[in-house]
Amino acid sequence: MRMRRNRRLGIALVAATALILSACGSDDGDDGGEATETEPAAETEESMAPTDESMAPSEGGTSGGGEAVAAIQESGTLRVGIKYDQPLFGVNTPSGVVGFDAEIATAIAESLGVEPEFQEAVSANREPFLQEDQVDLVAATYTINEERDEVVDFAGPYYVAGQDIMVATGNPEGIEGIESLNTADLTTCTVEGSTSLENLNEMAPDADVLTFDTYSKCADAMRQGRAAAVTTDNVILIGLIDEAPDDFELIDNPFTEEPYGIGVQEGSDLRCYVNGVLQTMYDDGSWAEAYEATVGSAGVSTPEPPELNNEGC
Amino acid sequence: MLEFYTEYWPDYWDGTLVTLRLVVISFTLACIIGVIIAGFRVSPVPPLRSFASGYVALFRNMPLLVVFFLAFFGVGDLGFVFGPFPTAAVALGMYTGAYMAEVIRSGINSVSSGQAEAGRAIGLGFIPLLREIVIPQAVRTVIAPIGNLFIANFKNTAVALTISVFELTYISRKLINETARTWLSLLGAAIIYTVILLFAGWVFRTLEDRYAIKR
Repeated sequence: MRMRRNRRLGIALVAATALILSACGSDDGDDGGEATETEPAAETEESMAPTDESMAPSEGGTSGGGEAVAAIQESGTLRVGIKYDQPLFGVNTPSGVVGFDAEIATAIAESLGVEPEFQEAVSANREPFLQEDQVDLVAATYTINEERDEVVDFAGPYYVAGQDIMVATGNPEGIEGIESLNTADLTTCTVEGSTSLENLNEMAPDADVLTFDTYSKCADAMRQGRAAAVTTDNVILIGLIDEAPDDFELIDNPFTEEPYGIGVQEGSDLRCYVNGVLQTMYDDGSWAEAYEATVGSAGVSTPEPPELNNEGC
Repeated sequence: MLEFYTEYWPDYWDGTLVTLRLVVISFTLACIIGVIIAGFRVSPVPPLRSFASGYVALFRNMPLLVVFFLAFFGVGDLGFVFGPFPTAAVALGMYTGAYMAEVIRSGINSVSSGQAEAGRAIGLGFIPLLREIVIPQAVRTVIAPIGNLFIANFKNTAVALTISVFELTYISRKLINETARTWLSLLGAAIIYTVILLFAGWVFRTLEDRYAIKR
């Protein structure tokens, strides 16, 4: 049922886009043209979709939404790809998905006037999820980088993390930072398909590496003595330590900057809409509230929210 | 598209070598286990027969992924910590070995008992009887299913990526992450698997023809 509806919607969207493109006569493939292309879409679809004007944010020249926004509002659900095993960011519990990413995604859904529908996203399947239209957005500790930006678009950043190192309590190997890991004598664990792995390969090319699909397996590997360290974004490590404070500790010597973004489909007008929602959350303090209720609960002080990339909005 | 493959060919090659090593070790192990377990299953000793049935029941009815995780994290928790590659090779070998045992057993059973009786009637002992009468006929019927098992075992090596073996599928997924070109990265692995397995299929067909009954 759901698939069929989406396909019909898809066909309608393609037809609508074609009409708009021919009507405007704008040159396609030009990035600068995108903003002007979505503008008329918002106008034409407003009459068909029951958009709730009061719900839509109207800050900083962001549009009230285009085709993608209208389509989500029409379907009544916001499909969100999110981590299910990322403590403090996205954890699947009997009462639903909780964490900072879940808070952000729920706020976006609320602003759209729809229900969030969470689906598990693992690091390696986030781009395909968006490209194949299985989700509307990905809020899954998703680091913004150039390669990804070529195939998907990012709203945000809504948080800046840094890659750090977790070791066994008491730091028996005396690991001080990324340089300490650059030896074949030490095994470092991280997750397959993550920027953490790329950074590790680049900054400690001689390290012996172990990779799994989830960080919980890395924690297990460390308990069994298979790995001396786990490296990834500090907030993820804080989550792991939060679950087993007797076993692990953080080196607290971050060596990268990892801006987390909300992934949306390439060229989607949802990107600017989400930026609008984030700006509202920054301004009214709900971003800080969401942070304190989730990441902050593990004893991390609340930072200033990062500046949004509003280019092209 | 071609530039992609020329650029990342070294990665694919590394992954292919790991996959091939894994296939050779695990399949050799599977053959050894298969012969032993099949021997147990047709043996006249009841405890050996039950052990063999238990082995086959255990490994044939568990998903391979579960076997891998049990072998890696489960055995590790018991205090026996082996590296990803040896764990994968042994786990896959034991898994395929269960299927191999069944193939060999059915091959032995396919030789009608009249053949063995006739052999004994002309005065052959147990070993010459197996070597001259039973095995040559059994081999004919098992070549095709062993070929299937080889292909299945080859493709099952991909599951080893879940316990951190950097084989061909792992490499293609690594390239997805590094280049964000999903299907292109996977297609490279698909082509390599297909080329190698088409060749393997040809080898097994040739063997089958050689051992076929000449009519």
